[in-house]
Amino acid sequence: MAELKKEPVDATPNVSDVETVDAATEAEAVAAIDAPVSQGEPILQVRNLVKHFPLTQGILFKKQIGAVKAVDGISFDLYAGETLGIVGESGCGKSTVAKLLMTLERATAGEVFYKGQDITKLSGRALKAVRRNIQMVFQDPYTSLNPRMTVGDIIGETFEIHPEVAPKGDRRRRVQELLDVVGLNPEYINRYPHQFSGGQRQRIGIARGLALNPEIIICDEPVSALDVSVQAQVINLMEKLQDEFNLSYVFIAHDLSIVRHISDRVGVMYLGKMAEIGTDTQIYDHPTHPYTQALLSAVPVPDPTAREGRERIILTGDVPSPANPPSGCRFRTRCWKAEERCATEEPLLAIPERFVAGRTPAAHESACHFAEEKDVVNAA
Amino acid sequence: MTTIDKTAHVPAPRESVSGDGPLLDVRDLHVEFHTRDGVAKAVNGVNYTVSAGETLAVLGESGSGKSVTAQTIMGILDMPPGKITQGEILFRGQDMLKMSNEERRKIRGRKIAMIFQDALSSLNPVLTVGYQLGEMFRVHQGLSRKDAKAKAIELMDQVKIPAAAARISDYPHQFSGGMRQRIMIAMALALEPDLIIADEPTTALDVTVQAQVMDLLAELQREYNMGLILITHDLGVVADVADKIAVMYAGRIVETAPVGELYSRPAHPYTRGLLDSIPRLDQKGQELYAIKGLPPNLTRIPAGCAFSPRCPKAQDICRTEVPPLAPVTEPDGAELVGRGSACHFWKETIHG
Amino acid sequence: MPDTTALKSTDAPAAAVDAPPVTDSGPAPGKPRSLWSDAWHDLRRNPLFLISMVLILLLVVMAIFPSLFTSASPRDADLAKHYLQHPNWGHFFAPDWLGYDGQGRSIYARLIYGARASIMVGVVVTIAVTVLGLIIGMIAGYFGGWIDTILSRVTDIFFGVPFIVGAMVILTSFEQRSVWVVILSLSFLGWTQIARVARGSVITIKQADYVVAAKALGASTTRILTRHILPNAIAPVIVVATIALGGYIAAEATLSFLGIGLAEPTVSWGIDVSAASAQLRNAPYVLIIPSVMVSITVLSFLMFGDAVRNALDPKMR
Repeated sequence: MAELKKEPVDATPNVSDVETVDAATEAEAVAAIDAPVSQGEPILQVRNLVKHFPLTQGILFKKQIGAVKAVDGISFDLYAGETLGIVGESGCGKSTVAKLLMTLERATAGEVFYKGQDITKLSGRALKAVRRNIQMVFQDPYTSLNPRMTVGDIIGETFEIHPEVAPKGDRRRRVQELLDVVGLNPEYINRYPHQFSGGQRQRIGIARGLALNPEIIICDEPVSALDVSVQAQVINLMEKLQDEFNLSYVFIAHDLSIVRHISDRVGVMYLGKMAEIGTDTQIYDHPTHPYTQALLSAVPVPDPTAREGRERIILTGDVPSPANPPSGCRFRTRCWKAEERCATEEPLLAIPERFVAGRTPAAHESACHFAEEKDVVNAA
Repeated sequence: MTTIDKTAHVPAPRESVSGDGPLLDVRDLHVEFHTRDGVAKAVNGVNYTVSAGETLAVLGESGSGKSVTAQTIMGILDMPPGKITQGEILFRGQDMLKMSNEERRKIRGRKIAMIFQDALSSLNPVLTVGYQLGEMFRVHQGLSRKDAKAKAIELMDQVKIPAAAARISDYPHQFSGGMRQRIMIAMALALEPDLIIADEPTTALDVTVQAQVMDLLAELQREYNMGLILITHDLGVVADVADKIAVMYAGRIVETAPVGELYSRPAHPYTRGLLDSIPRLDQKGQELYAIKGLPPNLTRIPAGCAFSPRCPKAQDICRTEVPPLAPVTEPDGAELVGRGSACHFWKETIHG
Repeated sequence: MPDTTALKSTDAPAAAVDAPPVTDSGPAPGKPRSLWSDAWHDLRRNPLFLISMVLILLLVVMAIFPSLFTSASPRDADLAKHYLQHPNWGHFFAPDWLGYDGQGRSIYARLIYGARASIMVGVVVTIAVTVLGLIIGMIAGYFGGWIDTILSRVTDIFFGVPFIVGAMVILTSFEQRSVWVVILSLSFLGWTQIARVARGSVITIKQADYVVAAKALGASTTRILTRHILPNAIAPVIVVATIALGGYIAAEATLSFLGIGLAEPTVSWGIDVSAASAQLRNAPYVLIIPSVMVSITVLSFLMFGDAVRNALDPKMR
């Protein structure tokens, strides 16, 4: 029986309750996974997700000497049809989150509920059904396509792994349709990846992600390797496909401008924790966490007039090692507001008390003892 | 935190920069690569100048020829397959392409230094940072091991690496990305060059660190009165530090302008398209403007204006005649200093 | 490779016909080009490859159909008539062309018939070693952990055994030393290099995003290994294998020369060289001719391996 246990110290008290599905047999589990979810309902619910990579020493007899705390207890919901952006600097754990959602890594603790079933505990047919419904688009279009396979084989492989999706005789046509959907010439089906440019390859990667008609696509930095003029094409394509196929995106990126453009809600990660989460307006125009404010103010804006009124917060130092994160609030070593309390008491991700009563956009979850609103994006 | 001790180091006055011409003058440079698929024309007649204390940003996408131009200036272009078919690179009035290898080597590192995107692969992983920094002084200035070390610590202080004296015997992999890029900057600065070429210096860094490194670079440049060529694809980074911008496309400069002007009034459809296609932080737009199509294959650059197949304004003339980089003026004919556009219809683009 | 003409067949999707203009029709010129077609393109223009290929083909034909080259039998011995009869350089391809050895056998015929043992040992050992090395290397590299630790240590132990000495030890334990016994002993010792190369490239490749992508799709381990890892890991293995082939031929000749490889009545260049060393003083050609043949054969395969490496090595392109 998969009843959600309430942890004594829940880092994120404000997320919705999970209606778990209790599947007795594999067939029931698969049926639950294939059941539709209506627009606006939570489709993916992440609860206290933890991933620690052990650090070991020794060759034959390995001894654990510590752990890299890549993801250290994060919770969030993804609603059907929405785009949730996750931003953060390198090493904040955002790519590990992607791997955990894809069950490519085994979670150390915590749950990922997909339609009420904890996918971290699934296996066999049920897991395969989940994999059909959750797909991924990778960052590097140069390494995410097998160089020895033609485009037709790369996309068509999805049907070989999940033969129930398309009958054998129909697959080639389906592949060509997919190429067409992502704006590539269907006649390119026999070409090899190296014959395409970066933007075209990313379209191939998207076509592969779409092939099984998934409900969720996890996008890990899908445009950061592309040229500026091509980025816009791919972003537009992804938005078009979202409308067309009713997809939910988890959009992981370090480029805050792109994340704002595409996301309905945004989560800001720092050192394996969620620092702040809210709608795009709440995060970008009314950030309350100092890290979010610093991150936003550091974004170079390609408009010299707009930047004049902007305040720039330049953080000192680097992100601490996730193997040995600071006590209390993880951001305190770089924070200008840090006080005694920050070192001893870990701030919970919750709506700050002072904003709870008011109906202001600042009333969104922020993990800071001294949360206060500060608009750093719009010129004063 | 560490502040720069201004008294410790006074840059020597630069006698030869006294107004008589720019530091670096690239004239009509052509570079091509011979590949199996044909001749790739990477640089097709690039002209630009940089003076002491000036920052020129060269902006372009991959394949625009921005990095090849820089490598040619540094003399680190792989030849073959690369080949310089035409042009001059004048450093203080002397054509570097006509110099002997020995003369060029003297300029490289001492007079012109380069900072690369990937600091980790540019530093030797098996030597300490202190050794690599000190090497510059030992080899070029013949300093003793002890003096070189002292100089190295001074340099690391100058690029604001905390606890420089303690970290001098660390290896490159023990530093974070931002710190490594600072070490690269320190190495480039070591011999007080007249000109620094920075090829995507902050692309591999996080935004919060990017800002630190760009600020440092700008600050040092002012202090040393160096010329700086900043090669980047990021319109945002450029806006902060550059004095003037050259936009490259398919091996040509398509627009030049002082930094503020370029953003407020672009005079080339490519520049305009680039500016329109980046999402804004301060507003949530609808659909992004996207320049259609792809950058051209350098082995088969379209006839006429290379941008014409992707250009919304293209006419017949664009497909047959290569537009020269024409001076851009106000509608009344008043000169706009430093502005140029290689578009047949620049008037319509900037004023229309 | 898939046929490009199939594209123009009539079953083109309906969607493509009235599709909106493709926005991203960019530069993807020419025909499909795989690594192998690129490599072949390079090889065809490489004189080293062409020369070695002609020699190797000739040797292979010699090994399969020796009677095409000579009517004489390599085992016909007429001591009275032909004892150390000197070469008759004018009689091309005749039994007496290259003279007769100390037992009155045609050296030319023995040269032709000797090719079979050399080529067979070289080719079969290379195939066996490649298969064995690939399997061990891929398992070690892909699964890692304790499997890798054990397999790698075993590889190290085998690697540490001196090749010829090890083969000598194995061969001396056999009463009957046929070609297959030689092949077995060389294969038993030779797979380590391939295993190491395969393990190394598998470790790099298994981290590639396309392997992660296949896992995310739910692909089975067998599929990942055969469709994604093997095709990408095979190029360096082939390079090592082709270069090693010449080495195995030389090893067979060495062992036969030492008297512990092949034995009469098998015809082998190594045996002939060994037998000829007794007559070195009065009939040096008896020794020189088969030695030159061994050298030419080994050299052809080395040249071939070199050309293949140049064509497949990604650093060269």
